[in-house]
Amino acid sequence: MEEITSIFVKSIFIDNMVFAYFLGMCSYLAVSRTVKTSVGLGIAVIFVLGITVPVNYLINEYLLGPGALSWLGPTFADVNLNFLTFIVFIAVIASMVQLVEMVIEKFSPALYISLGIFLPLIAVNCAILGGSLFMQEREYQSIAEATSFGLGSGVGWFIAIVGIAAIREKIRYSNVPAPLRGLGITYIITGLMGIAFMMFLGIKI
Amino acid sequence: MSAEIKETEPLFSPKNRKLLSIPLNRDNPITMQVLGVCSALAVTAKLEPSVVMALSVVFVLGVGNVVISLLRKTIPPRIRIIVQLTVIATLVILVDQFLLAFAYDVSRQLSVFVGLIITNCIIMGRFEAFGMANKPWPSFLDGIGNALGYGWILIAVGFFRELLGSGTLWGYPVLEKIGLYSTGYENNGMMILPPMALIVVGIIIWVQRSRERDLIEEN
Repeated sequence: MEEITSIFVKSIFIDNMVFAYFLGMCSYLAVSRTVKTSVGLGIAVIFVLGITVPVNYLINEYLLGPGALSWLGPTFADVNLNFLTFIVFIAVIASMVQLVEMVIEKFSPALYISLGIFLPLIAVNCAILGGSLFMQEREYQSIAEATSFGLGSGVGWFIAIVGIAAIREKIRYSNVPAPLRGLGITYIITGLMGIAFMMFLGIKI
Repeated sequence: MSAEIKETEPLFSPKNRKLLSIPLNRDNPITMQVLGVCSALAVTAKLEPSVVMALSVVFVLGVGNVVISLLRKTIPPRIRIIVQLTVIATLVILVDQFLLAFAYDVSRQLSVFVGLIITNCIIMGRFEAFGMANKPWPSFLDGIGNALGYGWILIAVGFFRELLGSGTLWGYPVLEKIGLYSTGYENNGMMILPPMALIVVGIIIWVQRSRERDLIEEN
């Protein structure tokens, strides 16, 4: 249990998707104009990461990894399908996003309308595929650990996008040098936020 | 025969040259279209991985755009996203296996970011915006142009971060050789840290938009 909590907290603050690995930057920069839309997108990302990472964990464990097929019989024990990782993961993500979209539409139309266009966009958000690939690279031991990593990364991304959106709403009232307006200053602010987040690095959890 | 030749465009007509040159500056994927930022920043702490990454994207985008352009009349619109993802994923697997075989160290450094070329929005973006609607040759030029526009930013960021952060270029100790350290110069360790990539890109945008003032955005 302790391990699971520590992975959760670590993936929110120390291994933050945006500030430490720059994942999901495209939608992070494009959708962060207002706090309201970024909250919607952030929640959708938490949702999808929380589902795809454990699903891809199971696939990696029982289908793709070295020796993963041994449950089929001893002849399959040394089959390694690792090279299929990318294509399988992206297919899982695309279909999961579609599935999540249909489920939300059915059971919570209000949430569906507020998430709107963001759900399909998430399929090509690199934070999602990145989450699955990091999960594979770091070799988490159980599905609970993988889930807590997925949810934690999602929450970290949520914090990042809501933070930058709040700053961008305020920065409209300040006198930014003309060539930096818009995109330029957003990059620099993100860099400064990243430096602030680096202070978590020294903390042992 | 000769009439036919007159009708076809020369390979490097002004229009085609524009496809290649506009994304390098005025319509740069990273500084103007805000595409493909995700993987651009994380690999730029050193020059070598930046160059490898840039070349991989040139390959995937150039070849992929041609493939999509050849298939553009047969892809059903409803499932085009998954078809495009399949094309990209196949090409990326090729790049990944190639790097594992011939450049293992760089492949380790890039870690998950080779895989993340798949979700690099610049590739999907160009497939959607150009490959789906144009002939193979212009698509090829458009793909190469955009990938080079992406690549030169990557290489520029990698150059400054490695030079100022570690005092080396491609692993070669440049600053030590010209004797800068004996005058009391110190490396700026900040440049190695991930957030500095963002700030360097911000500065590149600043320079670019100071030179081309019509690109300046509203706040």
